[in-house]
Amino acid sequence: MTERLPSVLIIDENTSRASIIEAGLSAAGHTRVTVINEMHGIAAKIARHEPDVIVIDLENPNRDMLESIFQLSRAVKRPIAMFVDRSDTEAMQSAIDAGVSAYVVDGLRQERVKSILDMAISRFNAFSRLERELEEARGALEERKVIDQAKGLIMKSRGVDEATAYKLLRKAAMNGNRKIVDVAESLVMSARLLGDEGK
Amino acid sequence: MMTELSAGFLPLTDSAILIAAKERGFASDEGIALNLVRETSWANVRDKLAVGQFEIAHALAPMPIAANLGLTPFDTRLIAPMALGLGGNAITVSNRLLADMRQQQPFTMLNAREAGAALARLVKAGLTEGRKRLQFGVVHPFSGHNFELRYWLSASGILPESDIEIVILPPPLMADALAAGQIDGYCVGEPWNSVGVTRGAGQIIATKSSIWASSPEKVLAVREDWAEENAATLHALLRALYRSAEWCGQAENHAALADMLASHHYLAQPAGVILPALDGSILGLSDIGEPGSAARPDFFQPHSRAATFPWQSHALWFYSQMVRWGYVEHTSDHARIARQTFRPDIYRSVLAAIDVPVPSANSKVEGALSRTIAVGASSRALYLGPDGFFDGAIFDPDRLDAYIESQKP
Repeated sequence: MTERLPSVLIIDENTSRASIIEAGLSAAGHTRVTVINEMHGIAAKIARHEPDVIVIDLENPNRDMLESIFQLSRAVKRPIAMFVDRSDTEAMQSAIDAGVSAYVVDGLRQERVKSILDMAISRFNAFSRLERELEEARGALEERKVIDQAKGLIMKSRGVDEATAYKLLRKAAMNGNRKIVDVAESLVMSARLLGDEGK
Repeated sequence: MMTELSAGFLPLTDSAILIAAKERGFASDEGIALNLVRETSWANVRDKLAVGQFEIAHALAPMPIAANLGLTPFDTRLIAPMALGLGGNAITVSNRLLADMRQQQPFTMLNAREAGAALARLVKAGLTEGRKRLQFGVVHPFSGHNFELRYWLSASGILPESDIEIVILPPPLMADALAAGQIDGYCVGEPWNSVGVTRGAGQIIATKSSIWASSPEKVLAVREDWAEENAATLHALLRALYRSAEWCGQAENHAALADMLASHHYLAQPAGVILPALDGSILGLSDIGEPGSAARPDFFQPHSRAATFPWQSHALWFYSQMVRWGYVEHTSDHARIARQTFRPDIYRSVLAAIDVPVPSANSKVEGALSRTIAVGASSRALYLGPDGFFDGAIFDPDRLDAYIESQKP
């Protein structure tokens, strides 16, 4: 008898993160993957899907409630033990670092669960990286805007061209051992305080 | 050099001792830099403590017991070398349920026996008429909230598992769920009862202290192996937390403590909803014409009545309730594991050395003290009690089997 791949339920209120995990699992051949983004009526949804493995993000404030649902479900002869392998501290550590947790049905073969959790961990990490990069890109855009504004202020007050304005800015930063963006920011800020928007 | 310790906590008034230890410098005086991490669930606190991301945690008293009994995901053994205060919870019901209860039978607010009797009449009438069962929220199965709510219901003649329904919800969602009519009442730690009253969602009908006076709630949980390998650090921490508890317990510090906890790093709630648990005032009662009953100085006790001593009789009472509600089977091994999770020996050896009055016994008969008395302590006088259950029952830890037997349906 060939063993079916376990059915997986992903509980994540972050829809984009849930979908990249779902995509990863599908690519790895998992056909029975369900995503729940909405906590309302969760007990009934879990009962309907009868998952073998539940993947959930650690920041979900409803983890205590979900665990009690799993406990109740043990009462109706559907035992769910928690986490992967009690002895595998390293795996648990990396799961917690990534911000993901998993619950598995008792008796499920360890290596099957491991591959699912590994996938979830790597996708969670990839997602955080992506978010960080986005954040940085957003920050970089902001920085450029501030520097442009500061350059404009200098061009106006000193009557110089853009290249010279930038040089002055850079020199001020180097002299003060500060970042250009910080100097630019304080320049823009003080101009605002003085009522000169530098336009 | 400072030793850095990461501590997980949930946004509750009874995390005060940990927070004040950091903010008022009691921890740094002992060479400890506390890194306080607010968590969103007890499951997170448990998991991060078990894998070592936290060295210490603000924990529900039954949590380390459940962990050592193998009822939670990790094999890591935990100990509770200190309690983080007595009381601090309450039962809040919706305005509608309160009106229905009072219609059945008038009762004095904060009188657990009378409130229980009124609720019992209402529940029985509802069952007869085939009305929908009432729903009460608690935060975790292995919590003082779950066990004290069930104790109160049972002793009032209500079966918690068939006459009503108990659901699990995160503390910050309780008030909204009550206001929206998703639940009819809840038992939760402060400030979430006072928050419910302030939002107009309901009223506090009983404090934990009116169900069981001077009763245990949160503990300091640490891994047993960590405690053994870092004994000096643990001892320094216990001294710092004791000093912090002393400070938290002084009435003149309550306003400052409420402001401190209100910070967005900690409870992120207005100081006005935090103060009631500290000074024992109960919000809302004067609005419904009951100003007389609106004071419970023992609502939350961070220091007096040996509030930080980890009584093994408290551990055993929680264990008896885990057995009662079918979470674990009663064996002498299980009882021993539960009892030994609480470590009064560590507490005593550390604090007696700095001349703090410490109980000389590890256990006491719970419910035996109807008033405050001075007891045998290692040095200066120590005051205990009252510690009675609202139904007058006694829990003698030496007669555990009989107690468990007496609570069987």
